[in-house]
Amino acid sequence: MEASKVIHAIYTDDDVLMNAVKAVKAERYHIEEIYTPFPVHGLDKAMGLAPTRIAIASFMYGCVGLAVATLMMNFIMIEDWPQNIGGKPSFSYIENMPAFVPIMFELTVFFAAHLMVITFYLRSRMWPFKKAENPDPRTTDDHFLMEIAVHGNEKELTTLLNTTGAVEVNIIDKEDEH
Amino acid sequence: MYTFSNKLKTFSFALMILGLLGVGYGFMTSHKSFEDVEAILAEEAHHGGGHGEEAAHAAVTENAHDTHATENAHAENSHGTETVAHVDEHKKHVEHVQHQIANRPWAALYVAAFFFMMIALGVLAFYAVQWASQSGWSPVLFRVMEGITAYLLPGALIVLAIAVASGTIGHYNIFVWMDPEVVAHDKLIQGKSGWLNTWGFAIRGLIFIGGWVLYRQFSRKFSIAQDNATDDKNFKKTFRISAAFLVFFLYTESMMSWDWIMSVDPHWFSTLFGWYVLAGMMVCGITVIAFISLYLKSKGYLELVNDSHLHDLAKFMFGFSIFWAYLWFSQFMLIWYANIPEEVTYFITRIEDYRLPFFGMLVLNLVFPFLVLMNSDYKRIPWFVVMAGIVILIGHYVDVFNMIMPATVGDRWFIGIPEISAVLLFAGLFIYVVFNALTKAPLLAKRNPFVKESEHFHY
Repeated sequence: MEASKVIHAIYTDDDVLMNAVKAVKAERYHIEEIYTPFPVHGLDKAMGLAPTRIAIASFMYGCVGLAVATLMMNFIMIEDWPQNIGGKPSFSYIENMPAFVPIMFELTVFFAAHLMVITFYLRSRMWPFKKAENPDPRTTDDHFLMEIAVHGNEKELTTLLNTTGAVEVNIIDKEDEH
Repeated sequence: MYTFSNKLKTFSFALMILGLLGVGYGFMTSHKSFEDVEAILAEEAHHGGGHGEEAAHAAVTENAHDTHATENAHAENSHGTETVAHVDEHKKHVEHVQHQIANRPWAALYVAAFFFMMIALGVLAFYAVQWASQSGWSPVLFRVMEGITAYLLPGALIVLAIAVASGTIGHYNIFVWMDPEVVAHDKLIQGKSGWLNTWGFAIRGLIFIGGWVLYRQFSRKFSIAQDNATDDKNFKKTFRISAAFLVFFLYTESMMSWDWIMSVDPHWFSTLFGWYVLAGMMVCGITVIAFISLYLKSKGYLELVNDSHLHDLAKFMFGFSIFWAYLWFSQFMLIWYANIPEEVTYFITRIEDYRLPFFGMLVLNLVFPFLVLMNSDYKRIPWFVVMAGIVILIGHYVDVFNMIMPATVGDRWFIGIPEISAVLLFAGLFIYVVFNALTKAPLLAKRNPFVKESEHFHY
C-alpha cells in the first residue's frame, strides 16, 4: 500500500477558516475533510456539500410507524378479538378510530425519531467502541483543521494555505488503513 | 408609502356591492309563511333521495308525519285528544323549520363577519407576541400586521351588532337564549341567565372590543412615533403594553368565544373551546399576513421581505394548523370517548347533518397543510404558500360555519347565495379597510431596535 500525503492546515478562528475554505475552493483544490470543535454555520455550503436527506428518511419512517400502529390495532382490536369494551364500537377500524389516534400518533413519532437517529449513527459511522478519527486533539477544543490531499503539488498548496491565515501547515504521511 | 391602487379599490367596492345584494336577497327570501314551509316540506318528501342527506332527513320526518296523518284518520273517532297532539306536533315541526329558514341569512352573515373579525384579532395577538418576545425576524412585517388589525374595530363592532340585532330586530335568529319565551320553559338556560342575558352580552362585548382596540391604537401610535424618535422610549412602551395586552387578550378571547360562539348552543359547554377558537384565529391571521406581504412584495413595496420571512410565516401556518387539529381532536375525542349525552349531542348533530363539512374541514385544515407545508423548500415558494393558505382559509371558514350553523339552521344548511355573498361583503370591507390603513404609514418600521436584524434575516 502506498502512503498518500495530506496537508493539515490549522486555524484558530471560524471566520478565518470560512475564508480559507472559499480561497481553497476558488483554486479548485479538493478538501478531504474539515475538523471543527463546534458547528460552523454555513461551512457545508462553502464546502459545497450535498444537503442531507435525513428528513426524508424520517418522514418515511414515520409512515412506517403509522402503518405499524394501524395494522397492529386493527388486527388486535377489530379482527382477532372484537370484544365489547365499555360500549366502544369494535365493528370496524374507522368506527373506533378516535380511541386509536393517540397510539397511532405516538408510534409515528417513535419510529420517525428513533429510526432517524439510528440512520444518523449508521451513516456517520458512530458506535460505542469506535476508535476516534481525530488527527489532532486540539480540534475538539479551540482549533480548526482542514485536510487536503497532496498530489505532487505540495509547494503551491503550502503557499496558498499560508496566505489564508493558517497558524500551522503540516504535511502528513497518511498510512492507508484500508 | 403605499398607495391604494384604484383597481384594488374598485375590486373591494365591487365585492361589497355584490355581497350586499346577495345578503339582501338572502333576507328577502327567508321569510316563509307557515303554508310555504308546509309546501316545501311536502315537496322535499316527494323528492326524497334526489337531494342528498338534507332532503333525505326532511323526508324521514315528513314520512313520519304522513304516518301520523293516517294514524290520525284511523283514530279520529276514538282518540280525539291524540289527534290534537299529532296536529300540534306537525305545527311545531313546521314552525321549527320556518324558524330555521328565517335564521339562515342571519347566521350566514354572522359566520362571515366573525371569520373576518377573527383574522384581524388573530393578527393582533400574533403582533403582540412578536413585540413581547422581541423577535428579530418580524419587524419588517409590523406595518402589514398593523394594517390588518385596522379591521378589528369595525369588524368586531359589526359582529357584536349582528349578534345583538339578531335578538332585538330579528326574531332571536342566532342565540336562542335571547328569546324570553324559550328561557321561560328552559331550566338549563334559566340557570345560566346570570351570564347569558342580552345586556350582559352587549356590555361584555364592548369591554372586549374596547380593550383590544385600545391596545391596537396605542401600539400603532407608538410604533409610528418610533420612526422619528431619537431614543427607544416608544419601543419600551409598546413592549410593556404588548405583554399586558396578552394577559388581557387570553382572558377576553376565551370569554368572547363563550359569548359569541359557544352560546349558540346554550345547553352545551366545553372547557377548551376558547383555545380551540384561538388556534383557528391565529392560523387564519398568519395566513393573511403572508398573503398581504406577498401581494405588497409583488407590487414592489416590501423589497426587504425575503423568502426567509415567508418561510417563517409558512412554518407558523404549519405549526398552528397542527395545533388547531390537536385542540379539535382533544375536544372531539374526550367527548366521543366519554359519550355523556348532555355533551355528545353537539357532535352527533354535526356528524349526522354536517358530515361533509365536519370531516372535510379536517382534510382542509390538517391533512392538506400538513403534507404541503412539511417540506422546507416548498415553504419558500410563494405560489405554494398561497395555495396552502387559500385551502387553510376555506377550511377555517368551514370551521366557523360548523360552529354556528348547526345551532341556527340545523339540517337546513347549504353554502349558497346568502353564505357566499356574506363572505364577499366582508371580504370587500376587509380589503378596503386594510389597504386603506396600509397607506397611512410607511411600510417599513424605521428605528425599531430589531429592524436591522429583520432586514438581514435569513434562515
